Amino acid sequence: MHPTRKRRMIGLLVILIGVGLASAVTIYSLRQNMLFFVSPSDIGEQDLPMGREFRLGGLVEPGSVRRAANGLAVRFTVTDGVAAVTVDYDGILPDLFREGQGVIARGQLQTRELFVAREVLAKHDENYMPPEVAEALEEKGMHNKSGQGADG
Amino acid sequence: MNPIMKFIHLMGSPPWFYQFSGRLIPWLWGLFVVLAACGLYLGLVKAPPDYLQGESARIMYIHVPSAWMSMMIYALMAVMGFVGLVWHVRIAEILAISSAPIGALFTAVALASGSLWGRPTWGTYWVWDARLTSELVLLFLYLGVIGLYSAFDEPRKAARAASLLALVGLVNLPIIHYSVTWWNTLHQGSSIGASGSSIHPSMLWPLLIMALATKFYYAANLLSRARIRLIEQDQRKNWVRELLQEGTA
Repeated sequence: MHPTRKRRMIGLLVILIGVGLASAVTIYSLRQNMLFFVSPSDIGEQDLPMGREFRLGGLVEPGSVRRAANGLAVRFTVTDGVAAVTVDYDGILPDLFREGQGVIARGQLQTRELFVAREVLAKHDENYMPPEVAEALEEKGMHNKSGQGADG
Repeated sequence: MNPIMKFIHLMGSPPWFYQFSGRLIPWLWGLFVVLAACGLYLGLVKAPPDYLQGESARIMYIHVPSAWMSMMIYALMAVMGFVGLVWHVRIAEILAISSAPIGALFTAVALASGSLWGRPTWGTYWVWDARLTSELVLLFLYLGVIGLYSAFDEPRKAARAASLLALVGLVNLPIIHYSVTWWNTLHQGSSIGASGSSIHPSMLWPLLIMALATKFYYAANLLSRARIRLIEQDQRKNWVRELLQEGTA
């Protein structure tokens, strides 16, 4: 290769490697702050402060959803299989919200076990299939009908 | 010289590139129209609704191909920018800068369709999670490349500056791709990867056809834009004069 072109190519590769390394280091050092939500077990481990807003993510524990007799208030348990937190929410839930579904709730801890949410979002997983296939899989016990994935 | 190298050398010649791409473009548009019609019919009419999301999962047939294209075009733009910077091939510079508006369009479509999909499924139009934010950064990178190019009067200098920005922005591509594995995000993980696909075949086929259709759209649009840019830059050169005389005669 022509020496000038070789020099230009090496210069560009050095720039690319430099930028790549710089961003890798930045991303690595920011990894805790880049998390969109924390899991119920993180609450216990990290000793998250009360009265400060953060997002809690996990699965809605099956059988835990209690709706108020009138109004929109709802109480359910969010679990990651290890720890669980009770969530209180007064508002409109997304259509995908159901038991066993991944959710992300934004709000604050009232006590160590009670999380008061201001917003609840539903998370879904990367599986797409027709309803009949989902039913067939469920009959065989291979598939959890309500898509999971908040631990992803 | 082997045939591939010969072809690459020929593509570097403006009159030859102009002629060759002119013959290719109608075919590319034709393939795009046929594939997009098939893909949209299969996706929006024939494919079953999703077991969880129902009909709203059909946004996938627009959203996913656009998001793939937004990243693929960026990578190609950077590669052509690199060729332009190292070998000073003018056609490569033109192809790189002509890719930017098409890539920006696909990024905007991916963001907008994702937002419309997010509302009925997640319950929100927008969140600042790592996947959504890094895709928005990609849009700004495209706009930056276009803006930087327009800031210079001299097209060769402009292309070099814009190519360098495109190359530096390349670091964003792995961030977009791995954002859903590295961090907790609201956006779900990848459905299609090295280990296969978690999309049922009845829904996967329309998606793949749409993905192929968008590639032909890019090729046709890119070559059309590159031809216009090329004759604009070469308007005082002999080969363009001859071309125009042929057209009027």
